[in-house]
Amino acid sequence: MEVCNCIEPQWPADELLMKYQYISDFFIAIAYFSIPLELIYFVKKSAVFPYRWVLVQFGAFIVLCGATHLINLWTFTTHSRTVALVMTTAKVLTAVVSCATALMLVHIIPDLLSVKTRELFLKNKAAELDREMGLIRTQEETGRHVRMLTHEIRSTLDRHTILKTTLVELGRTLALEECALWMPTRTGLELQLSYTLRHQHPVEYTVPIQLPVINQVFGTSRAVKISPNSPVARLRPVSGKYMLGEVVAVRVPLLHLSNFQINDWPELSTKRYALMVLMLPSDSARQWHVHELELVEVVADQVAVALSHAAILEESMRARDLLMEQNVALDLARREAETAIRARNDFLAVMNHEMRTPMHAIIALSSLLQETELTPEQRLMVETILKSSNLLATLMNDVLDLSRLEDGSLQLELGTFNLHTLFREVLNLIKPIAVVKKLPITLNLAPDLPEFVVGDEKRLMQIILNIVGNAVKFSKQGSISVTALVTKSDTRAADFFVVPTGSHFYLRVKVKDSGAGINPQDIPKIFTKFAQTQSLATRSSGGSGLGLAISKRFVNLMEGNIWIESDGLGKGCTAIFDVKLGISERSNESKQSGIPKVPAIPRHSNFTGLKVLVMDENGVSRMVTKGLLVHLGCEVTTVSSNEECLRVVSHEHKVVFMDVCMPGVENYQIALRIHEKFTKQRHQRPLLVALSGNTDKSTKEKCMSFGLDGVLLKPVSLDNIRDVLSDLLEPRVLYEGM
Amino acid sequence: MDTLIAQLQRRFCDFTISLYHQGFLDDQFTELKKLQDECSPDFVAEVVTLFFEDCEKLISNMARALDQTGNVDFKLVGSSVHQLKGSSSSVGAKRVKGLCVTLKECCDSQNYEGCVRCLQQVDIEYKTLKAKLQDLFNLEQQIVQAGGRIPQVDI
Repeated sequence: MEVCNCIEPQWPADELLMKYQYISDFFIAIAYFSIPLELIYFVKKSAVFPYRWVLVQFGAFIVLCGATHLINLWTFTTHSRTVALVMTTAKVLTAVVSCATALMLVHIIPDLLSVKTRELFLKNKAAELDREMGLIRTQEETGRHVRMLTHEIRSTLDRHTILKTTLVELGRTLALEECALWMPTRTGLELQLSYTLRHQHPVEYTVPIQLPVINQVFGTSRAVKISPNSPVARLRPVSGKYMLGEVVAVRVPLLHLSNFQINDWPELSTKRYALMVLMLPSDSARQWHVHELELVEVVADQVAVALSHAAILEESMRARDLLMEQNVALDLARREAETAIRARNDFLAVMNHEMRTPMHAIIALSSLLQETELTPEQRLMVETILKSSNLLATLMNDVLDLSRLEDGSLQLELGTFNLHTLFREVLNLIKPIAVVKKLPITLNLAPDLPEFVVGDEKRLMQIILNIVGNAVKFSKQGSISVTALVTKSDTRAADFFVVPTGSHFYLRVKVKDSGAGINPQDIPKIFTKFAQTQSLATRSSGGSGLGLAISKRFVNLMEGNIWIESDGLGKGCTAIFDVKLGISERSNESKQSGIPKVPAIPRHSNFTGLKVLVMDENGVSRMVTKGLLVHLGCEVTTVSSNEECLRVVSHEHKVVFMDVCMPGVENYQIALRIHEKFTKQRHQRPLLVALSGNTDKSTKEKCMSFGLDGVLLKPVSLDNIRDVLSDLLEPRVLYEGM
Repeated sequence: MDTLIAQLQRRFCDFTISLYHQGFLDDQFTELKKLQDECSPDFVAEVVTLFFEDCEKLISNMARALDQTGNVDFKLVGSSVHQLKGSSSSVGAKRVKGLCVTLKECCDSQNYEGCVRCLQQVDIEYKTLKAKLQDLFNLEQQIVQAGGRIPQVDI
């Protein structure tokens, strides 16, 4: 109302203009006052508006402007009309615009403010993304370094190269001033400086392992920052630099080697670690970044893996070397053993031969001496000499047999023989002794026991003689019975199972005596060399000696088994053995023809008129063989080649002796060709005998497979040749007799 | 006269035994001796002569083969030594036979030095044996000429 009063006087003149000015000023003032209020309101509402202080200033400025307009209401003076008009127009415009602006602001400011807020939000987001990208990039870089380092480290399996490479690569990647590796010493009480990047140090540079700083590092798998002045980091030469670079240390686990057990590596239950120390350059502001520490940790792990691989490799190499050494030693030992065995056998063979000759002289001469007239004392002496010599001769044979049995060089000499005769011969040999001891011996041969069998007659006789001899030796009274039968297929004895086949059968021999008997617990020992039960040793003179040991081996060679049954001491015992024998076709023939048996012992010694052919490339051998055969009364034709032999040979020749000495099978082919030549008149084919430098198993087999009827060992002797001829011609004689 | 014969006979026996003992001869020679009877009175001498001819021929064969510097035909040497081994074993020339075995081994392992050395020894050995046997036969002849009997020597 005061305003109205103060402009009252100008009213009539420019009353309208003034009125307009007055109203305009009023509205300008209102607009001016309202704008700061709006601003304050919205700024209050918005949390993120950044320019608070400017707004306050702006608000004050506007309020003051508004105030000046308000004050103008009271300070109107008269102006010229034109001025008043212009002023009025301006004020009206100003008022309109101000009010419009004030009104607009109500709409615009919230919009403006929200835009501001969004912008800030985006900015924050962008900053965050930048940070994340930086992180990823760092990780990527770390990964790349690790890969590269790993590649370098893993490119070798040599421990020193691994460690050296690690240090060099780490030093390069992280731009380190120094990088060092401390390895535990053998005792595990100290750490020794093993590898450094740059500075050379004396070899024996050690620190005790119990230092707090080392314990701290070993306690965690992370890389740990340590003081640059700690003993493990004091590697740099002392210089004037006032600020040492930061140092970190990390443990490198070492594979526990106790699994491989090296003597000089002590057993430690704790894990062992090496220490890796990394130093940043001195006088630089560089610090360790988290990603660098991570890299160091990862590398330490990789080094540990590579080291364990290297250790395994080293260990296996060492093991290989050791094995090779042992191998060489074993080989040497084996060769020595073989040499020893050979030497022993040679010695035995030579000694046997050399001793046998004088022994035979002693035996022969003492038997002759027995025939002469002697005083009773002299006779007793001669008898003792004879008995001892016989014993010695038997022992010598046994020793040789046993040694040959043991090295496997003894082979059975298979031939056809009369089994019944064999038993009778044994009985005849034993009877004189048994008669002296007043021991009746009975022999029971089973009716189905084949008469002619294939086997080693000599060895079988040796076994039977030995067992019956023992029975006689250890019996003082009572009787001895010898039973021979064919083992039936259902008979099982001990751990031995008898399997008879068409051409073979198992002979079982039981020798029962009423002698000293054997303690059951001594039975297993009785077949070992020189074994003698305690009770036997105390009471008897001879002992079983080598006999049973040899018998057992012979029985085993004949694919059989031997055992002893006894009810105990003083109750006698039964020795039983099974041996595998072949059934000879000859036995059937002789039985069918009903021809009385021809005694085996008296043999042909005269082959007068027997036509034989000798084939030998070697002139001297040919002549000698011829001489031998002529001596036996044969009519001999000699040829010097296979071709000639084939041309000359005819049905008139009863026997062909052919040299097969030359290596290879070509010489045997001639036998096949002779067979071919006589395909049609088979029974006219001459018998074929090979003359060979050795009569081992393989030669015999070869002769068999090429259809040869016999083998003769070169150099041929008169006895050999006579035996072979007798053996071969015996069945033919039978045929001729028919 | 009888004393001369007895002396000759003793010398013959001693000499024969020494031949066996020194390893020049073995049982096979005894076998040969057994074969010598009225039907073939010179059997041993014939065989031995043949043997020495064999020796000479085979040794010169081998020597020729071994002289081929550069490409020695060890197979040829091997077959010759095999022959010689057979011959020597047939007459009971123990030492020669032993050397033949060694020579064969050298030959199989293609040991040139060994072959040459062995062959030289074989050559020496067979010549020695030849001389010894010649002496033995001379003694026999002397005994026969003196009207004595050749004694049986048991070894």
